[in-house]
Amino acid sequence: MKATLQTLFALGRGDKAADRVVPPTGFTARLTLFAAAAMAFLAVFALALSLAAGRLATSWGDELARASTVRISAPDGQMAAQTATALRLLQQTPGVASARALSEAEQQALLEPWFGPDLPVAQLPVPQLIEVLETPEGYDPDGLRLRLQAEVPGAVLDDHARWRKPLIAAASRLRLLGWASALMIAATVGAMVTLAANAALAANAQVIAVLRLVGATDAYIARAFVRRFTLRALSGAAAGTVLGIGAVLLMPPAGETAGFLTGLGFRGWHWVVPLLVPPLAAAVAFVATAVAARRVLGGLS
Amino acid sequence: MGKAHFPGAARIAYAARLMHNRPSFSGDGTGVIELDNVAYSYGGGELLSELSLQLAPGSFHFLTGPSGAGKTTLLKLCYGALRPTAGVARLFGQDVRQMDRDDIAMSRRRIGVVHQDCQFLDHLSVAENVALPIAVSGQALPEQDDNLRELMAWVGLTERAGALPPELSGGERQRAALARAVIMSPEVVLADEPTGNVDWEMSQRLLRLLIELNRMGVTVLIATHDLQLIRAAKSQVQTRVLRIANRRLHAAGVDL
Repeated sequence: MKATLQTLFALGRGDKAADRVVPPTGFTARLTLFAAAAMAFLAVFALALSLAAGRLATSWGDELARASTVRISAPDGQMAAQTATALRLLQQTPGVASARALSEAEQQALLEPWFGPDLPVAQLPVPQLIEVLETPEGYDPDGLRLRLQAEVPGAVLDDHARWRKPLIAAASRLRLLGWASALMIAATVGAMVTLAANAALAANAQVIAVLRLVGATDAYIARAFVRRFTLRALSGAAAGTVLGIGAVLLMPPAGETAGFLTGLGFRGWHWVVPLLVPPLAAAVAFVATAVAARRVLGGLS
Repeated sequence: MGKAHFPGAARIAYAARLMHNRPSFSGDGTGVIELDNVAYSYGGGELLSELSLQLAPGSFHFLTGPSGAGKTTLLKLCYGALRPTAGVARLFGQDVRQMDRDDIAMSRRRIGVVHQDCQFLDHLSVAENVALPIAVSGQALPEQDDNLRELMAWVGLTERAGALPPELSGGERQRAALARAVIMSPEVVLADEPTGNVDWEMSQRLLRLLIELNRMGVTVLIATHDLQLIRAAKSQVQTRVLRIANRRLHAAGVDL
């Protein structure tokens, strides 16, 4: 722990001499940079997916939950009376902000996508729809259902919960998957840096032997490697994050009728999240290299 | 290349610094390095056994014996690169068994080691390699540049300071290794076949450097199978010659 803290301080301070004791390596350095960049790019997408799924779940949970529908199927003669009764009853229900019977034109518009524009709605036994908007506190759907049953026999309350719940569940699962992907990516960065650090430590066995001979502590030797890999992961992940954010910005904007995919992106404070990717990658690389170095050095005589 | 010698003023400054920097150690014995009834076995067979050695401060020892007798192993036991499989090894009064890797690293700053096949950081210049012990100890100070220059002059490598280690000849490598071993003003210098790869003239030069260090109070232990070198040293400095034979350490006979 103490050694890790020392390493952390030295990392911030920078130590040219310690950097120079390990010979520079071109090819593996570029590979580490590339892998960190690719992982950061993927991480940005995983995060965008998670955050978008989270927003979707929230909006379906909150906004759609405040709208429900009462459907009245009654013989022609009783339709108007039952609608009026239902409206009165709804307006008296605590938690209902407003209730409004849809006009014939509105109902026609709802059916248009399925039956075409020329459908004579008036001549069909189409049930009357009442749009119910809830207050944020909401109403008690079971109580309302009972009262409607008693007073308006042809009324059916549809509080959207039936079809909303699986969608919310799916969105939540999607969000979970996104976060799991982000975690996997972080773990992959750790694994990759561990492999690269092990290779570097093995390739520099002679350097390590010389340093030990002249009195270098393990912390000093580890620092040279840790600093190198941390900076590589940081700069690689920074490049990958910039590319990833750029790609997210290039997604078509989410319009009124936009589906789920075009909503993929960052909103408001969510923009901070992808900016955390490079420092997190650096932190993972720091820990991975420190652990690898400690294990390798501890095994030497 | 002129004859290597330590410039007068520099020598006094160096000796003063040696004395000043010398930490006192509190061992119950009298040696800076002590091996007490030590044994060392590699895998199956025992290489060294019932071996006791005390390096008193300021003493000059030779360690001899046939190849493969365990000279290098004994030196490694003396600087904590190997731990005895039995018995007690003490560095500056501290039991090696109770020293962790950092303690060993710290003790290396008080023990200069010269190997037969001295290794360097091949991508750094000779001067940087010689100054490496200072760099890794985190004690780099501006005034040490003078110190480094004096040391490079002492071992006759001033003109080669900017060269890379692979460009050096065998003798130059040995002298660079010696300079690196002494830059921290160590109390002990352990040299493993320091003259193994160099001609007679160069081995005499290296020997003179080691004798000069010993006159400044540095404890010296040289492992060598070169009896001529030991004879040459005996005429200049009081030495004790130890011989490894049959896994044990003996005081060498008067025939040397």
